[in-house]
Amino acid sequence: MADTGTIPVRRPRDHSSPDPADHGSVMPEIVTRARVEHIMGMPISIHVRGRAADVERALPATEAVFDHLRLVDRVFSTYRDDSDLMRLRAGQAEHGTHPWLREVVELCLDAEHRTDGLFTAWLPSAGVEHRREFDPTGLVKGWGVQGAAEHLSGLSGVAYAINAAGDVVMGLGRDASGVARPWRIGIEDPRDPTRVATVVERVTGGVATSGARARGAHVIDPRTGHGIAREGSATIDGPSLLWADVWATAAFVDPARVARLLPARDPEYRLTRCD
Amino acid sequence: MRKIALWTTSTLAALGVLFGYSTSTGHTKDSLLAASVTATSTTSPSETSSGTRSSSGGGSSSSSSSPSSSSASSGTSGTYTGDAVMTQFGNVQVQITVKDGKVVTADAIQVPDQNGRDQAINAVAVPQLNAAAVQAQSANIDMISGASYTSQGYISSLQSALDQAHL
Repeated sequence: MADTGTIPVRRPRDHSSPDPADHGSVMPEIVTRARVEHIMGMPISIHVRGRAADVERALPATEAVFDHLRLVDRVFSTYRDDSDLMRLRAGQAEHGTHPWLREVVELCLDAEHRTDGLFTAWLPSAGVEHRREFDPTGLVKGWGVQGAAEHLSGLSGVAYAINAAGDVVMGLGRDASGVARPWRIGIEDPRDPTRVATVVERVTGGVATSGARARGAHVIDPRTGHGIAREGSATIDGPSLLWADVWATAAFVDPARVARLLPARDPEYRLTRCD
Repeated sequence: MRKIALWTTSTLAALGVLFGYSTSTGHTKDSLLAASVTATSTTSPSETSSGTRSSSGGGSSSSSSSPSSSSASSGTSGTYTGDAVMTQFGNVQVQITVKDGKVVTADAIQVPDQNGRDQAINAVAVPQLNAAAVQAQSANIDMISGASYTSQGYISSLQSALDQAHL
């Protein structure tokens, strides 16, 4: 789906009405613009907030975000046989693989260690019994979106947020304190996707939610190898979307254990459960 | 399925324009009225600018963006009717009711209903869409985090409504 247009229509709530005595003075209007594209079968929304001129200047950089995610898809897609990941799995990596693959393997090992094995990228093979396959999909999304967001961090005077199918990364460009306010992230009610169960506020960092609603049993319990059929969802927010995403997956597998582990291992991250 | 998707998107565009303005903080009758009128003028470019928009077929047509009632309390109250947006399936027009500066109901007062299938879709999609948009707006939400949704699920999602509000 192509760019769906960029007409600013919304003023932020903190843009207070000018004082009557101040009426007529030039007060730069803060606007937010959004772009949406569908990559890897997911809707990716980029919101950029700032003064109109700064937002205008920032918009071309949003294309680099989408390009970055398209490359992530080419390297890690499990739906295309010619991705680096699938060539590696098929033993056809003699011409080399993208350096990202090595980086992601190491992060997956780190994630498994950090979560006491509640997160793993070595999942039971669909075809062969008692065999595990390397499938880093559960980490690649958060890692990829966080990496893509870096293309916006050098922009001047804007705040930005990217939502990739329910996982959100937020950041500030340079000299952006004037437009910094928390983004309000509604946590979807797992029982009714048209409702918000609670709200998490952050200026920067990441918010990730793991649950069974949208795709059925897509989270595997590494301890049993079976999908988790339970209702509800687990949300983690913290300084990085990559680790928020990993912890959210682990928290959906074993919420009580993550509630104990998280303060000890990653105290900057916070668990929010919806049942 | 394609039909549902396109139609819903166009309705969201209409809702988004209205809600985008209703979140302005100038909670006086005049400022919201002005915002509402401005929304009318920005609907046109947003519907016709890209050519890739599903709702760009004919741009917007008739409009009556004026409050039919209002009361001066802690915030603006009233009923506002947005532009009728022409889509390839028919006109879509949305009416919102604002109480104390917040949207309390949103109704699609004009929807495509040329055949039984349209009506069946509308019966499900319109109430769901309205509930989603009202809920997100009343909580002043910027983004939605939830269990991964697919591109297909996005069309009727809260996030879709929020993205439209910023377009």
